[in-house]
Amino acid sequence: MKFGVVVFPGSNCDRDCYYVIKDILRKPVSYIWHKETDLNGFDCVILPGGFSHGDYLRAGAIARFSPVMNTIADFADKGGVVIGICNGFQILLEAGLLPGAMLRNKGLHFICRYEYIKVENSDTPFTGIYKMGQILRMPIAHNDGNYYLDDEGVADLEKNKQVVFRYLSNPNGSVNNIAGIVNKKGNILGMMPHPERSSETALGSKDGLYIFESMVKWLENKR
Amino acid sequence: MKTEIYKSLGLTDEEYKKIVSVLKREPTPTEIAMFSVEWSEHCGYPRSRSLLKLLPKTGKYQTLIGEDSGGIIVDDLAIVFKMESHNHPSQVEPKQGAATGIGGIIRDIFTAGARPVALLDSLRFGPLTKSYNRYLMKGVVDGIAFYGNCVGIPTVGGEIYFDESYTGNCLVNAMCIGVAKKDALVRARAYGLGNAIMYVGASTGRDGIGGCSVLASREFSEGEEKRPSVQIGDPFTEKCLIEATLEALATGHILGIKDMGAAGLTCSTSEMASAGNAGIEIELQLVPKREAGMEPWEVMMSESQERMLACVKEGKEDEVKLIFTKWGLNAVVVGRVSDDGIVRIKDKGNIIAEIEAHALTQAPIYEMSSKEPDYINSLNHLDINSIAEPKDYNKVLLKLLGSPSLATKEWVYEQYDHMVGTNTIALPGSDAAVIRLKETNKAIAATTDCNSRYCYLNPKRGAEIAVAEAARNLVCSGAEPAAVTDCLNFGNPEKPDRFWQFKGCIEGIVNACISLHIPVVSGNVSFYNESPKGPIYPTPAIGMIGIIDDIDKTCTQYFKKEKDIIILLGICKEELGGSEYLKEIYGLIKGNAPELDLELEKSVQCTVKEAIKEGLVSSAHDCSEGGLAVALAECCISNRGKMIGATIYNLPFNLRKDALLFGESQSRVIISCGKESFDKIADIAKKNKAPFCAIGECGGNDLKVVNNGEELISLLLEKLYAEWAHSLEKKLQER
Repeated sequence: MKFGVVVFPGSNCDRDCYYVIKDILRKPVSYIWHKETDLNGFDCVILPGGFSHGDYLRAGAIARFSPVMNTIADFADKGGVVIGICNGFQILLEAGLLPGAMLRNKGLHFICRYEYIKVENSDTPFTGIYKMGQILRMPIAHNDGNYYLDDEGVADLEKNKQVVFRYLSNPNGSVNNIAGIVNKKGNILGMMPHPERSSETALGSKDGLYIFESMVKWLENKR
Repeated sequence: MKTEIYKSLGLTDEEYKKIVSVLKREPTPTEIAMFSVEWSEHCGYPRSRSLLKLLPKTGKYQTLIGEDSGGIIVDDLAIVFKMESHNHPSQVEPKQGAATGIGGIIRDIFTAGARPVALLDSLRFGPLTKSYNRYLMKGVVDGIAFYGNCVGIPTVGGEIYFDESYTGNCLVNAMCIGVAKKDALVRARAYGLGNAIMYVGASTGRDGIGGCSVLASREFSEGEEKRPSVQIGDPFTEKCLIEATLEALATGHILGIKDMGAAGLTCSTSEMASAGNAGIEIELQLVPKREAGMEPWEVMMSESQERMLACVKEGKEDEVKLIFTKWGLNAVVVGRVSDDGIVRIKDKGNIIAEIEAHALTQAPIYEMSSKEPDYINSLNHLDINSIAEPKDYNKVLLKLLGSPSLATKEWVYEQYDHMVGTNTIALPGSDAAVIRLKETNKAIAATTDCNSRYCYLNPKRGAEIAVAEAARNLVCSGAEPAAVTDCLNFGNPEKPDRFWQFKGCIEGIVNACISLHIPVVSGNVSFYNESPKGPIYPTPAIGMIGIIDDIDKTCTQYFKKEKDIIILLGICKEELGGSEYLKEIYGLIKGNAPELDLELEKSVQCTVKEAIKEGLVSSAHDCSEGGLAVALAECCISNRGKMIGATIYNLPFNLRKDALLFGESQSRVIISCGKESFDKIADIAKKNKAPFCAIGECGGNDLKVVNNGEELISLLLEKLYAEWAHSLEKKLQER
């Protein structure tokens, strides 16, 4: 089982994700440069946080044109597991792999702090270890985390149980307090909170580690 | 050459004469521009160098003193750090001024071969009652967030203080810490005949021309338009530059590398040649430019950001270029190393400057005259009996907690990504930031400190206190204080009363650092911080790092457990001079700075260190601005998730009640511990001869201070928290 961490110019949580997989989870992992077009041998791809291309246009709007993104779409089509965290989530939205868009936080400031989120669907490759309704403590760190989708789209998400994580108290204005969603097929997760920053008690919370562990368990069962 | 030309560049008649005698001819326009920046206070330190030599360079850890930064060795790691000012650009254009200040200090760290792991900022503004000061503070915070968040280096700590003297001249001092394997360090040097001089990073434009000679080396006068001298930051390019540089350095092909910060190409060519005892010859036509028609001197003076100059082994140029190209960056051979010690600048093959590198970098040294300012005598005299004691101490405490200098800076640090890198063990809001060193069991603790009001009232003692307090903050987090970077912000050194302040502060830093055995490994001098209303308070910001040997023994300031015993180490004296209390409650800036007994300081610090190391301590907090009452309140409320109250019933000090609660006596630390640890801590204090007293107990949902049967303070934690947590944001939102 092998993890890949995509590196876009401007990614800055790539090393943190790599560290969690390699040193905490102790699974094989390697970096994938954004111009790569071959994902053979990978079981799971992580799109890390950061400011790809500086986010000078709209967060993720340039990164979605990176050659690796087409390959990731194929990879997911074939059932590969993809997780986009923070900027990675924004890129997945821009690429159309997940529905919706990100607006500037309602307070118009960058926010970095711990938040509580609730597990809304424990039947995904990313949440199998959690209990339904479990409360997790995880940090957020973003300018544009105000998730938006029209009413019809949101109703669809809710009906299909695509909302995986919800904020207990909405920090950024997201519709329906949404913190993380999956695609219909359930193998692509996008989330604004940072599980890689909450995978060790030394950092204040270990709640995020179980996302990665759930993925490992799910992939192992699939084999 | 016409007098107006060199005068407009900030050079004096004497300096011009000296340049002519060094060159043995009239300088060219490019040469005079180069001298003007290299001999400016910003680059050449002509007015401060002789005093800076007094700062101690050795301590408990092996020290590293590089060209652009310094550090210490811990096992096989080098910890490199430096603090630098970007005051004048921030006063002119706060967002870009602060942003490029961050960019510049980061480059000083990764050009040493170290990966930047943390940023801290020491900021000073005028009172937030003035709208321009609010604009400045919001802009500076925005600029730090814009740049620091994007480059992915956590901003983990710092300080913000407010005082009228900074109206018209705010201070933005940025500190960066980096970590490298000790044998991976590189210097800012060029050497080896025929080796390539490569220009890497962003293209050169007209931004920031003359920034360091014009902005940083003169006072502000009203109505001047200086905006074109402020540079524009591009954190995305910087992020790529960090990754590309560290990747390129790992090849071993780069012999030396230097940031093109202040005075751009001028500084990097002359200082790299001088440091390597070599010469450099470059052709300006080869320099990547983003504007057409730039004059040669403009190319030499440009302060465009995110650029560096590297000395690359002959024959390895293409390999290095490939790495930078991968990251979308320029990497161009613009010249070669020569062996004649001359910096030779060509444009289309014509020599436009030819100067001995050492002549450029050895700015003249000036003996400055110094005179005690008139205000010292009158302000130092404070008749304490003329100050009425307040009737309601609760009100005073709430007012102090809500004052912008003491209120929590959560509104600020929540806008900074302080967790990226997954090393931040102690989140902002405690005495010191703590950054773990992955792959070891150790951590770095870092803080910045300076009470400039103390320095104004007594420069020497104020600076001593800044050093002692920084060390105390680190000790409270469980660290051994290891080394200092100083960012020395003062007024115009050509005025004897300002220079007297500078001299006093240097004496204070030297004295305290020698006594506490802490070296000064890097730093920066920023003079001419004046507005038409006068100089800023002398502000020698002390950035200090310490080492925690076992991350499991990291300590934070807030109370942890009900029923824990609260202990005060140190002595409360009747000292109200220079206090936040006098300023906030009576509008008085008067008296002398609190006394500092460095022997007592050491006793207290040793006790705290030992007790934390033995695992006996639940919390430790330095007692500083706002005195005992504010420190106790902070212990109770600074962990919002789990606030714990306290009852203080034993304060065996025979003092005025306001001095007892709000006096700012030095060398005091509040610790809390379980009952089982009490005797052991008492023994450690006794052994170290530290004054020791159990003053109360943790618990409940309020803070009570009872003295001789009289209840002086009784406030619910929620009330304390509300005042402390929300006042800064409220004040910033005023219109």
